[in-house]
Amino acid sequence: MSDILLIFLACFPFAVFGVGLLLPNKRETLLSRWVWGGLGVHLAALLALVWLWISQGAPTLALKHAVLYQTPDFEFALCYYFDTATAVFALTGTLLFLLVAVFSRFYMHREAGFNRFFKTLLLFWCGYNALVFAGNFETFFVGWEMIGISSFLLIAFFRDRYLPVRNAFKVLSFYRLGDICFMLAIWMCHHIWHRNIQFSEWADTVGLQQHLAQHTGQALFVALMLVIAAAIKSAQLPFSTWLPRAMEGPTTSSAIFYGALSIHVGAFLLLRTYPFWQNQPLVVGLLVALGLATALVSNSISKVQTSVKVQIAYASIAQLGLMFVEIALGFHVLALVHFVGHACLRAYQLLVSPSVLSYLIHDMMFHFKPAPAASRSAWARRWHQAFFVLALQEWHLDYWLHRYGWAPFKWIGQQVNGAGEVWWKLGTAVLMLLGAWNLQNPNAANGLVQGLSPVVCAAFALLLVLRAFAQRGDAQGAWLSLVASQLLLVIGMVLGKGLEAGQALLYLGGTLLAGLLGYAILGRARHLDPAIDLGQYQGRSYDWPGMSLLFLVAGLTLAGFPISPTFIGVDLVFVGIHDTEPVLIVLAALNFLFLELAILRIYARVFMGQHVKNDHPIAFKTS
Amino acid sequence: MVRQSIEKGPLTANPQTGSTNGFLTEGSRMFDAHRVLHDLKHHLPAQAALKDFIHHNSLHAYQHLKFYEAIFRASKIFGYQVTLELGDFRELLRQGRIREAVLERVLHERKGPKLAAVWREKMLSGIYDTHNAPRIGQLRALWKTRHALDMDASVHPLLFRVVGSYLDQGVALWRFPAQPEGFWASLRDLESNGLVSLFKTAKARRLFLDSDCALEDLLAKIVGPPAYYAQYLFDQQFAHQGWSGIVSAVEDNPGTLLDTRRIKLEELIRFELILEIDALERAMGPGWEPLCQAAPPAPTNLFAEVPASELQEVLSLWQDAFEWSYYDEVLAGIAQQGKAAAAQTLPMATFQAVFCIDERECSLRRHIERVDPNCATLGMPGFFGVEFYFQPYNGQFYEKLCPAPVTPKYLIKEQGAGEARGHEPLYTQKTHALPWSFFLSIGFGFWALLRLFLNLFRPKMELAISNAFAHMHESGTLTIENTDPEHRENGLQIGFTVEEMAARVEGQLRGMGLLERFAPLVYVVAHGSSSANNPHHGAHDCGACSGRPGSVNARVFAFMANHPKVRAILRGKGIGIPDTTQFVGGLHDTAADEIGWFDTAALSPENQVLHRRHVASFEQALDLNAHERSRRFASINTKKGPKHARKAIKGRSVSMFEPRPELGHGTNALCIVGRRDLTKGLFLDRRAFLNSFDYRTDPEGKFLQNLMRPLGPVCGGINLEYYFSRVDNYKLGAGTKLPHHVMGLIGVSNSCDGDLRPGLPVQMIEVHDPVRLLIIVEHRPEVVLKTIQSAPEMYEWFINEWVHLVALDPDTHQFFYFKNGAFARYEPLAKQVPANDDFQRLFERSLKMETNHILDATRENLPVYAIQ
Repeated sequence: MSDILLIFLACFPFAVFGVGLLLPNKRETLLSRWVWGGLGVHLAALLALVWLWISQGAPTLALKHAVLYQTPDFEFALCYYFDTATAVFALTGTLLFLLVAVFSRFYMHREAGFNRFFKTLLLFWCGYNALVFAGNFETFFVGWEMIGISSFLLIAFFRDRYLPVRNAFKVLSFYRLGDICFMLAIWMCHHIWHRNIQFSEWADTVGLQQHLAQHTGQALFVALMLVIAAAIKSAQLPFSTWLPRAMEGPTTSSAIFYGALSIHVGAFLLLRTYPFWQNQPLVVGLLVALGLATALVSNSISKVQTSVKVQIAYASIAQLGLMFVEIALGFHVLALVHFVGHACLRAYQLLVSPSVLSYLIHDMMFHFKPAPAASRSAWARRWHQAFFVLALQEWHLDYWLHRYGWAPFKWIGQQVNGAGEVWWKLGTAVLMLLGAWNLQNPNAANGLVQGLSPVVCAAFALLLVLRAFAQRGDAQGAWLSLVASQLLLVIGMVLGKGLEAGQALLYLGGTLLAGLLGYAILGRARHLDPAIDLGQYQGRSYDWPGMSLLFLVAGLTLAGFPISPTFIGVDLVFVGIHDTEPVLIVLAALNFLFLELAILRIYARVFMGQHVKNDHPIAFKTS
Repeated sequence: MVRQSIEKGPLTANPQTGSTNGFLTEGSRMFDAHRVLHDLKHHLPAQAALKDFIHHNSLHAYQHLKFYEAIFRASKIFGYQVTLELGDFRELLRQGRIREAVLERVLHERKGPKLAAVWREKMLSGIYDTHNAPRIGQLRALWKTRHALDMDASVHPLLFRVVGSYLDQGVALWRFPAQPEGFWASLRDLESNGLVSLFKTAKARRLFLDSDCALEDLLAKIVGPPAYYAQYLFDQQFAHQGWSGIVSAVEDNPGTLLDTRRIKLEELIRFELILEIDALERAMGPGWEPLCQAAPPAPTNLFAEVPASELQEVLSLWQDAFEWSYYDEVLAGIAQQGKAAAAQTLPMATFQAVFCIDERECSLRRHIERVDPNCATLGMPGFFGVEFYFQPYNGQFYEKLCPAPVTPKYLIKEQGAGEARGHEPLYTQKTHALPWSFFLSIGFGFWALLRLFLNLFRPKMELAISNAFAHMHESGTLTIENTDPEHRENGLQIGFTVEEMAARVEGQLRGMGLLERFAPLVYVVAHGSSSANNPHHGAHDCGACSGRPGSVNARVFAFMANHPKVRAILRGKGIGIPDTTQFVGGLHDTAADEIGWFDTAALSPENQVLHRRHVASFEQALDLNAHERSRRFASINTKKGPKHARKAIKGRSVSMFEPRPELGHGTNALCIVGRRDLTKGLFLDRRAFLNSFDYRTDPEGKFLQNLMRPLGPVCGGINLEYYFSRVDNYKLGAGTKLPHHVMGLIGVSNSCDGDLRPGLPVQMIEVHDPVRLLIIVEHRPEVVLKTIQSAPEMYEWFINEWVHLVALDPDTHQFFYFKNGAFARYEPLAKQVPANDDFQRLFERSLKMETNHILDATRENLPVYAIQ
């Protein structure tokens, strides 16, 4: 019974989402009732499961639901898991979703994106449930990706303005880095165990430690990747600056995502993987240090904020830092209680954040105290001012990340673009022909080809991706080089025997179809308006909402979002890379990192932002 | 050229020459910083801190021009959309919201019979490029196009943070270490800490600390030739007009912030220029050149004449047709009434009730007259002619309770009003800072969850909700009467002397024409609005009380009118108020539809009995009023009847999830100055400001002058702010409320790195039809003409067509429309308006808009009906 409930709880949101997508626009009541109903049923089922589970003595439940793809040493399965952490996160999640959905039904009334809001909220709900009920990394990652993309869509909810779109893209670039770290962790895990493992297998801590003892370096790598992924998702140092910038959507979505749930996903990841890294003192120490440093730094930033929502954002980051410390030190019950309290408090505070003006202004009327005259020593005053300025500048976190994180890649992309059109087309053609020839004549391929071609192809593919990432002109050309990059990557992997031809087809199935669709849409756009380019945001979803949606679907498919077989294909590509091939794994990781960013950059620039034509009311760039 | 115009005339632009506004003509080498700053301040949004929400014409800087010339000029300069879109007008005609006959008439009047058909063709099917490339921003855009430098992105985040932090009123826990000398001194002090700099490069830092940072010097470094300075500064400041606007507003009126700050727009500009130098130095390294040095672009005079275009003409024809499609209906209705109305004299009323002229009271007055057909209602600006500062019990500041332009000399203090204001734990800022936040985020979290449940399913009044009735407590006493003129506080006289009281009461009664036949009870009903989770709550309160509830004014006025010595003086002046007559102050909460009465314990026993009866009538009228309002609220099922609607409407006013507690002044379109009889039999759908005036008691228009002077700034200001926020909610409005961040308790922005958003949010304007205000005055045209010409600042509103004016001649019952300085006869096209006798059914069956696009939204509006 509890197994059925568990499967139901993980899968039901997808059914609600799927049907929700089909509901007609402009039917606010129908859609919101559907969402409330779905959440209500989910909550009831969850309560039933929890009751059943407690009556059974709260055992850890684990089950393998379905195997989606299998080879001798690779298996992509949907696995579920239920323990105290799951119970707490799932209950808090569904309850807050329900309350926010009720709140939003009135709050969002008559907003042009009412539908879009509820449908994206459902997508987030699916992702959240996939994640909290996940019994293995793959299922977890499905949820993780869906949360990422729904975040992007809701931050850019007001897509006809510049800042929401720019900030959505900024947040996405952080998230994507987290995705890649997560994928690397899965990859290395696969090489530790040579198969796909379930979280439940870690229950045997002795066995786990014995196994990890033979792979200390690899285990450390996995743990570090998980820590980075968690730190990004929970906006820890040095990645904190994305959270305040995510407060661009409707207040209700800010509340459920960045006050309540999405922000705690990093902490959940740490809870879930705790058995894996708990005996690595380095990792535990790192987490404690990271959590404390984040708490102190973001606390100082929070104190100088004049925007209520941003103040809450930085205050939340500080609490997340403390939660990281609690988890690292093993105080998991405390961490869970902290999570529930904190999620509810911040959700509430964000929902009522517009009230703060009325409350504080009236409060000021009666309780105002003028700033006390400075009584500090000159020395203390100097430091006080220094910290004030630092906090105001967010400790320059953004500046350093940009300068040493993104700028170098952008620079490479610009150089590639500067080199002209011919060489990349020529290079791609040559590599593809060589690859095709080698595939036709498998015997002719010698060891050198086999060893080098994945790296050469992946390197060239990365250049193509970076080219698209830094492209300011032709959108269709940029798209083409992205599709070409994926073909090259796969050809290289097949030549290197990392990937079988059948697997390659699985990967390319989605890619090619999406590639064609995207190319056609951009061609149509260019036909309708030759001025389309990537130099600035164009806001064309105003003219072509349908094309915009189709392009998003094509883009997500190409990027390996879990709606096409490409999602499994990406895993296969990774699995095909050996843990002794550091160059190849770095190239492949960077490739996937910038692939999604380049795709959504095209989407954002062509279809989002202020409209280029001032023939109807359009926003100021700063608003 | 510039020097000349300074010597010659006022600093505002000259309409005839399309003045240069600080812009140098070609060849000139001079830059007049003072003048450019003045012009900048004149053009920036004039909205003060949100707590003092004063409606005003969003394009006030152009009021010296004719309406159409002004809006199209502003449109070309700043890129605003200033009318509905052409396609929407065309569709409105197809829908019938613009009437064919009116369109024909507009065409004939403006284009003559010969050209009417040609222009009609242009209006209906002319093809125009409606893209509008504004002049603003072009010069500064060169940083991006020539040097690939996104100056805004590099400078704005820190600039907004620093300015926001300096102006912050209490959001941040760590206050800006401000120096009493002002913004610049505070920045210098901050920068001199020597450990951490505001700037990233040493050059900017040295410049800031070691030079006097004169505007011209900084501009010379960044821009180069002085001919470009003015344009550069306009580009720069209008890239963040919200922040610049609030700085300018605080500079002019530091009192708009409770925790006062000294800041000048010039200081903001200088700081921004240094940040720009910092950004340039960082992006391009030392040796960068000023923007206009090497390859000077053609200088643009932003304020040069905007050539008239056919598209503008077409749009203005459409706008006229749209406006008159409604006005004509109204005038037809009044004409229909007029004949019957003129004969009537005031019967002895059961009670008289004086309301604010606010158009939201229009429907309540209609309902109370329906419930008690023998009562009489009157309208006056809701401060009731008593201007003062108010200090609530235990309050640390004064609040102005009169129209914004008035500076009162009086103070009224509230005394002994029950308990002090409490605290709301969930809003405590301790939840944000360590170490408390750790414990509170656990402890309060569960409390917050419960509160969220209650907010959603059992909403009720709480501390964080702006409560109209909490503005003043009935249990307290007010220091209204002054017996010793030496009794002063901070330069303000505490209370009014008997003579001062009598003068104010007399002025009001004469203005309304209420000089005899006083009923036993005269109600003075102010209004305010309760709303939850609404930073714009001030915009729903009484505009005549500087965006606050008018409860104190109503109570003060009633006190004055009840004062025996005041009555004695009034009797001496021929206004005999019977001793049995008592005035009662009250407050109508326009969101919750509740009325609270003040000092009813002082009523005589006979009046107590009457009062109880009238309260029952008011309650019934409030039910009906709520029912009428509910037709626009999707959350209320209007078919369930008035009682249900009233309860549900009260719930909305305290619901955190409700972004539309009420619809404010949406749909306002009329201002009728005259006897209630003119409009008593008309259904005007809450669209009319109703100002009582009786031409018979004021044949020369002596009182009319005082009465009409505020109509432009107050009613016209409201109307135009709604107009512009409606036609361009992105640039002239505040956009949708949903993503708003509360910034420093002074404004809202959409984003942590975004500009402040002055203007009205979309939730307030979506029901509004963008039409100018039509003022209808019941008096002879020559008297009205003399009246409006008595003050140039009043005349400007009418002669420049920012509001329409029609005089209704009481002798002939004919309308005269004011155009180009003269009144001309106006004959309504419609001969009569439809009659209706069952409004409840009408409300229950009326349409609800599907989207808030004008084409859907305007369908919600009901036509003018004659009430049967």
